[in-house]
Amino acid sequence: MASTPVLALHGVCKRFGAVQALTDVELEIRAGEVVALVGDSGAGKSTLAKAITGAGPADEGVIEWQGRPASIQRPRDAQDLGIAAVYQDLALCENLDVVANLFLGHEIARAGVLDEIAMERHALELEPLALLSKEPPSVRGVVASLSAGQRQTVAICRAILSRPELLVLDEPTAALGVEQSGRFLDLVERLRDSGTAIMLISHNLGDVKAVADQAAVLRHGRNNGFFDVPSTPQEQIVSSITGVTDNAVTQRTTKTWEDML
Amino acid sequence: MKGTAPGDPESGRTSGRPRGGPGSTTRETTGPDGPDGPDLAGYVRSLFDRLRGGELGAVPVVVSLLVIWIVFQSLNHNFLSPRNVSNIGVDITGPGLIALGVVFVLLLGEMDLSVGSVSGLAAAIFAVMNVNHGVPEWLAIISALLAGAAIGTLQGFFFVRLGVPAFVVTLAGLLAWNGLMLYVLGASGTIDLDEQGGVVALTNRYIHSAALAYGLAMLGTGTFLAVSYRDSRMRRSAGMAARPVWAIAERAVGIAVPAFAAAWILDRYRGVPVSLLVFLAFIVGLDFVLRRTTYGRRIFATGGDLEASRRSGVNVTWTRVSAFTVSGTLAAVGGLFLASRVASVGQTSGSSTLLIDAIAAAVIGGVSLFGGRGTTWSALLGILVIQSIASGMILLGVQTAVQYMVTGSVLFGAVVLDSLSRHSQKVHRLT
Ligand SMILES: Nc1ncnc2c1ncn2[C@@H]1O[C@H](COP(=O)(O)OP(=O)(O)OP(=O)(O)O)[C@@H](O)[C@H]1O
Ligand SMILES: [Mg+2]
Repeated sequence: MASTPVLALHGVCKRFGAVQALTDVELEIRAGEVVALVGDSGAGKSTLAKAITGAGPADEGVIEWQGRPASIQRPRDAQDLGIAAVYQDLALCENLDVVANLFLGHEIARAGVLDEIAMERHALELEPLALLSKEPPSVRGVVASLSAGQRQTVAICRAILSRPELLVLDEPTAALGVEQSGRFLDLVERLRDSGTAIMLISHNLGDVKAVADQAAVLRHGRNNGFFDVPSTPQEQIVSSITGVTDNAVTQRTTKTWEDML
Repeated sequence: MKGTAPGDPESGRTSGRPRGGPGSTTRETTGPDGPDGPDLAGYVRSLFDRLRGGELGAVPVVVSLLVIWIVFQSLNHNFLSPRNVSNIGVDITGPGLIALGVVFVLLLGEMDLSVGSVSGLAAAIFAVMNVNHGVPEWLAIISALLAGAAIGTLQGFFFVRLGVPAFVVTLAGLLAWNGLMLYVLGASGTIDLDEQGGVVALTNRYIHSAALAYGLAMLGTGTFLAVSYRDSRMRRSAGMAARPVWAIAERAVGIAVPAFAAAWILDRYRGVPVSLLVFLAFIVGLDFVLRRTTYGRRIFATGGDLEASRRSGVNVTWTRVSAFTVSGTLAAVGGLFLASRVASVGQTSGSSTLLIDAIAAAVIGGVSLFGGRGTTWSALLGILVIQSIASGMILLGVQTAVQYMVTGSVLFGAVVLDSLSRHSQKVHRLT
């Protein structure tokens, strides 16, 4: 693919105290492309997602947005570029209702006074809100009273509401039902076809296989391979995730550590 | 609109959300054809749902208030006399305004322990400038308010930017600002305010006009109905579910009954106290800010979930600092009202139980200590409870010791309710 990537990461590092969560991570995502980010639990996927969305800025490394270096220090920086996200922990305000959550940070207001009717109308027009949960949440229901699936639906709707150029999805189907997950994948394909760049983090390799064009594997915070999804057998991706390609000794030591943790 | 108008009996549990009905909304507003007639069965069912779901709103505090009034009235017939009610109406304004500021900080799930000292300091600044140095009253007032705002901002900054717990920052403030007040007052000790001045007039002026008293009660109810009607019409024309008629009726009654009762009783003494009008204006104005503006929405969001708000792009630093600014400013306003009530500022200004009363008022009124839930009307209802107990005890000639114990028990009850309702909401969600 010759086009400039919407987002390119070079040498991204992130450290939490003694834990080196990301080391020299490279990644490219193009418009109209779904890139799956896969890796074992604790591999650093969410950390990388947060580095992109500004929720947890990277310590080192270069982030290029449409070919130009960009500085993402706060969530607002990423939003201004056109990046939206569904976080693994959803990041919804439980005490607010669905409409308030959908528009938080981007309220429709006139002279500082909220236009509730306009916001509610937009919310009611959101097709995925009705499609992605078994029982569509009431737009005026408080998030605290919603089921896990309904919350996930709200988080997804909030992310696509801003019509982002890059959509970062961290385990977006974790709480969805089987049928709803299927509809969600349809939605992802539609967004991709309309030119959105999508980064999909998932443990479900079936989902990855179904919609992703590329898969980037993270292992212990480092790149561990890039795959062209349609032409790569699933086993190969799995072995890259679990690291069976590592030599036996390092594998044994990490195994015992993981067992202890 | 005056007296005990609770405004929105439910917003205490669900605020941050515009008026749309509480947890039970799922049924009420799912479609344009939701029940919007005066469906009594539906009303009772929803009432039951709300109570079960921990959506008690202003119910507990209103009930305690009624119980307190009935008990004291039966023990002493002067308790609900026009004179005593009018005095309570003026006495609540100083601590009530301070409590109003505390509401903002509590909405963040934080605490401001400095409000008592800040109120005393502001009053001292005003008195020294105006009385000792002959500075024009308006300039002295503005200086006092700016001092309150600056102190609040400073404390907010230390809390937000440096990460010092608000509890500790404002505890230090409690001491430091009280010390500064003593320093500002200097050797003179007590400063008597200008009896002819505007500040003293604040709490000793009454407007004795039945037309005004009832007119205001009517205006309050009428405004609420007009706004609700306009809202319903706009929602309907947008094809959205309007709030059911019973919900509007419930609130209208909740406003009208206390408003007209207050107008009636105040009119039998000296009329409507100006200070009470100012206090109510602050409550209504800040209620609008909290529920209808972007700023208010972000206060609730930040108090509900700081990290989620930050990731949504809310400037949580500014939002949180500003709540402390509001708290400091309103503490200064309250301090001027308190000084006005006694027409002087002295070494004990802003001390004694003022701080506790202000925080307790907000909590008793239904503001959650966990953040993200509450209304400005809580300050009014809560301070009414506290002041009623104090006034009743004085009438009965009971020791302060008993008064403290009773108020303490009410506060404890409010905190337990807050915790239970938080718990029940969590359980509610999981089922
Ligand atoms: N805020 C934090 N403070 C300290 N350590 C953290 C923090 N966030 C993540 N980590 C650590 O960074 C590493 C990567 O975590 P991350 O959440 O990115 O993994 P992940 O790939 O998303 O895992 P999962 O599949 O379980 O979601 C882990 O070792 C984790 O403990
Ligand atoms: Mg993760």
